[in-house]
Amino acid sequence: MSKILAADDSASMRQMVTFTLKGAGFDVTEAVDGVDALSKAKSGAFDLVLSDVNMPNMDGIELVKNLRALPNYKFTPILMLTTESGTDRKMAGKEAGATGWIVKPFNPEQLLSTIKRVLD
Amino acid sequence: MSIDLSQFHQVFFEESFEGLDIMESGLLELSPDAVNSDDINTIFRAAHSIKGGAGTFGFQLVSDFTHVVETLLDQYRAGSRPVTQSGVDLILESVDVLRALLQDLQAGSSPDTSASDALKKQFEIFLSAETEPEPSSYSEEQSSSQRVTPTQLESNPDSAGSDSGHWAIVFKPSADIVQTGNEPFRIIRELSELGTVSVQVQTDRLPEFTTLDPEQIFLYWHIQLYASCTKEVVLEVFEWVIDDSKVDIEWVTDQELVTVVDNQQTESTQESVMPATEAIGIDTVPDETTENQPGESQKSMDSKPVRAAAVETQSIRVSIDKIDSLINMVGELVITQSMLGQIGHDFSVDKLQRLQEGLMQLEQNTREMQESVMRIRMVPISFTFSRFPRLVRDIAKKLGKKINLQLLGENTELDKTVMEKIGDPLVHMVRNSMDHGIESPEQRLAHGKPAEGQLTLNAYHQGGYIVIEISDDGKGIDPQVIRKKAIQNGLIAEDEQLSDQQLQELIFHPGLSTAEAVSDLSGRGVGMDVVKRNIQELKGTVELVSKVGEGSLFRIKLPLTLSILDGQLLRLGDETFVLPLTSIIESIEVRREQVSTVAGETDVIVLRDEYVPVVRLYEVFNIEPVNKSLFDGIVVVVESANQKIGLHVDDLLAQQQVVIKSLDTNYKRIEGLSGATILGDGTVALIVDIAGLLNIVGDKIDQTSVAMKTAS
Repeated sequence: MSKILAADDSASMRQMVTFTLKGAGFDVTEAVDGVDALSKAKSGAFDLVLSDVNMPNMDGIELVKNLRALPNYKFTPILMLTTESGTDRKMAGKEAGATGWIVKPFNPEQLLSTIKRVLD
Repeated sequence: MSIDLSQFHQVFFEESFEGLDIMESGLLELSPDAVNSDDINTIFRAAHSIKGGAGTFGFQLVSDFTHVVETLLDQYRAGSRPVTQSGVDLILESVDVLRALLQDLQAGSSPDTSASDALKKQFEIFLSAETEPEPSSYSEEQSSSQRVTPTQLESNPDSAGSDSGHWAIVFKPSADIVQTGNEPFRIIRELSELGTVSVQVQTDRLPEFTTLDPEQIFLYWHIQLYASCTKEVVLEVFEWVIDDSKVDIEWVTDQELVTVVDNQQTESTQESVMPATEAIGIDTVPDETTENQPGESQKSMDSKPVRAAAVETQSIRVSIDKIDSLINMVGELVITQSMLGQIGHDFSVDKLQRLQEGLMQLEQNTREMQESVMRIRMVPISFTFSRFPRLVRDIAKKLGKKINLQLLGENTELDKTVMEKIGDPLVHMVRNSMDHGIESPEQRLAHGKPAEGQLTLNAYHQGGYIVIEISDDGKGIDPQVIRKKAIQNGLIAEDEQLSDQQLQELIFHPGLSTAEAVSDLSGRGVGMDVVKRNIQELKGTVELVSKVGEGSLFRIKLPLTLSILDGQLLRLGDETFVLPLTSIIESIEVRREQVSTVAGETDVIVLRDEYVPVVRLYEVFNIEPVNKSLFDGIVVVVESANQKIGLHVDDLLAQQQVVIKSLDTNYKRIEGLSGATILGDGTVALIVDIAGLLNIVGDKIDQTSVAMKTAS
């Protein structure tokens, strides 16, 4: 069972993501912001990280940078959940080392199909 | 698979309301002269979350509206537009509009969009005027989404089918592609899902083995994809890597080359791919036609959430601390239970002491648990206080007064229900203080006060109560003005002797308006009496301290919770009743000379020069009492709404806290009773509602007081 770390400061988004992914048989750990996600990532091994871009304390871009600096997460797929489909924010995410992005609003089906693209 | 998104709506609404509160308080603190980027970021983030959630959960209306707000905030954030007061005011207005929209949606009713439409126009005008914003990601997003039409999707090299040609793809990933978590193999596998794929690996970039970095990719691929799909679909597979990889896609037929796409072109076409995905993302309704027309799907979206949100449940956010402490206590309870179980298993008299100890422990556990469970319903009063900075700012502006609001004790907790019900009375009192209490800057200066008035809201705990104080340093309540008004309105006789305090408290009397000019804000004489009644309904009290020229202080005292009552148990025949302890003034054994009977029926007792009508409770509730005579048994004097009555009962029992069970939900509503409780021995005791009781016996008492007046 693949383990997924999902970081979002919005409780409703976390609930939706967790509900969808657990329903599809993934093991999901939630994080409320970048700092929380980073510490959970360090203490656990995840096959995929999903992260919101705009979060308090540490945003998604910073989180990706920090994760990529960890040996365990050098090659791990990291997907950004973003409402910002504009090129500049995406480039910032890419530069930081994100694998790809899912543009909000998305529905559970899209989330799953995107995740299945990355995880076999 | 299909997931019902409506299950997340409640949480979305709650966090959106919290987000709006954050925006509001952030905006109120924002001063255009000294803009703090952290503050703007916080406000932006809140708006951004609302927009994202609204889009995801199908509230397109909210998402569209928030989009314009966010656009302005983004310009502030990027520094491409200077922050102005008019802009801040516009965003503040949008907070109100959003709150109303969300409230409508939460209630399951169809939202009124007139306000949001009008404000959206204002935003658009505001955004197009003044500084021309730098091309931000947002305008790009909008314009590109307009570009997406089904025609455009079809205008690309047509999907002629694999027999007439194929996509020839050259995929040269950047060397460090795997370090972003992307795998070329995954991309090729994805292509193979579109049709038949033939792949040739190119090895000419491979370095010498000694210099080979295993974490880099040196291979690249030539791919032939035989699939009947559009170029967009192929590009979508490369969406995440196209910026730093070289991807060439050509449509090759047997005869000719149809399109050549280089990296630059893919950039621009990719733009139109993404909004297309967004348009699909809107289609969350299972039974909806999934035609790729953004306009159409949006229309149907607007009506959709109304259906989904109709099932609304109330919920409360509880801090983890409280839940942890509850879990702790349950743990202790389990330990006590197992200890008692062990004692009971082979009980002998020598274990009596341990049994008693165990029972004492159980009692303590139960009490702690009760407190702990009650604490779950407790929320900080800041939820109510937080609306005041905005309110005070707006009203002060309207009145042309300068007022500084100070909030104290914001973390003081009280029951959620109590808090919800005290909100409106508080608003009224604050408005009252601002309207009638605090003077205009000129008047204040003339009286040697600072131009800026001071309004303070303070909350603290006292015993089992929460005290909320509203104080101002305004002109105070002049007892002589009240006196004049009261005589004019026929509330008091011209020669009636009343202390200043008594006169001031007349403002709680129905039908007394003290402001000389009635303003549209407060004070048509329908104010303070309603406030007082609301507070009394919450089993609370309100008192007033006011000094002419120095200001006024209203002190509201409320029980921390409505589900527990400090009760006086009393006996009436075979039944036990409970009186709210707060309503009891005293209990007396009546002497013969104290009683006189007026108007034939009602007994009246004389209590320190005051005539108090006595109600025989056994008559009201139709019970066979032990004592029918007033001189046996006890008379309990209680007060509600300034009316004192004596209740004749058989005997007083213990005082204890009782948990109120609703009669409405468990049986039916009964006039004169506010609920029931279950006593330690398992019997049910009914709780007397003094205000309701006064309604039942009211006529009789009115006759009595009329008779008393004519007699004297």
